Amino acid sequence: MNRFALALAGLAFVGVAAAQTSPGLVNGLRGPTPLEDEAKPPVFPKIVNDDQRKARNYPMQPPLIPHQTDNYQLDLNFNKCMSCHGRSRVEESNAPMVSVTHYQDRDGNMRAEISPRRYFCLQCHVVQTDAKVPVKNSFEDFYKVEAAAKKGKPK
Amino acid sequence: MSLKETVLGWWQTLTSPSRFLSLGLLTLGGFIAGIFFWGGFNTALEATNTEKFCTSCHEMRDNVFQELKPTIHYSNRSGVRATCPDCHVPHNWTDKIARKMQASKEVWGKIFGTIDTREKFLAHRLELAQHEWHRLKSNDSLECRNCHNYQSMDFTRQSKRAMDQHSTALASGEKTCIDCHKGIAHRLPDMKTAAGQ
Repeated sequence: MNRFALALAGLAFVGVAAAQTSPGLVNGLRGPTPLEDEAKPPVFPKIVNDDQRKARNYPMQPPLIPHQTDNYQLDLNFNKCMSCHGRSRVEESNAPMVSVTHYQDRDGNMRAEISPRRYFCLQCHVVQTDAKVPVKNSFEDFYKVEAAAKKGKPK
Repeated sequence: MSLKETVLGWWQTLTSPSRFLSLGLLTLGGFIAGIFFWGGFNTALEATNTEKFCTSCHEMRDNVFQELKPTIHYSNRSGVRATCPDCHVPHNWTDKIARKMQASKEVWGKIFGTIDTREKFLAHRLELAQHEWHRLKSNDSLECRNCHNYQSMDFTRQSKRAMDQHSTALASGEKTCIDCHKGIAHRLPDMKTAAGQ
């Protein structure tokens, strides 16, 4: 019995190894390219630029950027994001204002300008592209899970 | 002979009728010489109006030209591009000559090395940028509009934010291109000291 299980495990291992080297395997990120070859990089996906605000997937998610940010200067000298999203600019630009929490420094003091620890917007806020996801995501947010639980379906 | 007498002598020659040369030779000769002079002048002027000329100085080649390269005015999908003079020299003749006369200050700067190092360039960057913003603000962004014609803008082909701004603030003339589109072809200087970023 023990030997049989070992043989089965061995077979399974060989099977997996064969599958990994087979050129037909479609790995999400690599595609069908064999391991020893370099995959052809895909074309750059287009950045979503429709200016439609996206719902947050979970409460603390930094809001996504629904527009292109190509060549927007964001460095020691200048923060392009703030020229529309800054407090004094939103009236003209109709852009959503940077959250008040972003004006707070780490000691909780409110500052007149955006806090240095929040300065680099793109650290948390990102653009979206029309790229096909290589790995499917089964994440469901709280509302869906809760609704499913109320219906009695374990989800 | 004193200097005064020499000058007076030349003046007399200039103001008296010619003794040996015919009127025809003088007028026709003057006309033909004029053509050559004008051709030469214009050729020289146009030669200074090329990107090759601008980037022949390291001040331009190593600083601003490098910054232009990744921007849309240098590399883009259709391959149409702007060169230095497209934005920095007026196309209209009178304005062009006026700008060229102003540029003699830049020759001065080149000779005396006003921005001949990266550090000096960065120190002057805000002032230099402000000159250009002022120029574009006061001529209603003429150099932008030489290519970006408002009449030919199709708002429906623009993104929503672009459409919103162009159909209101730009359409009413309340704003001009440079008011919003600063730093699109070169990096911006430290803007904390700039009035009204």
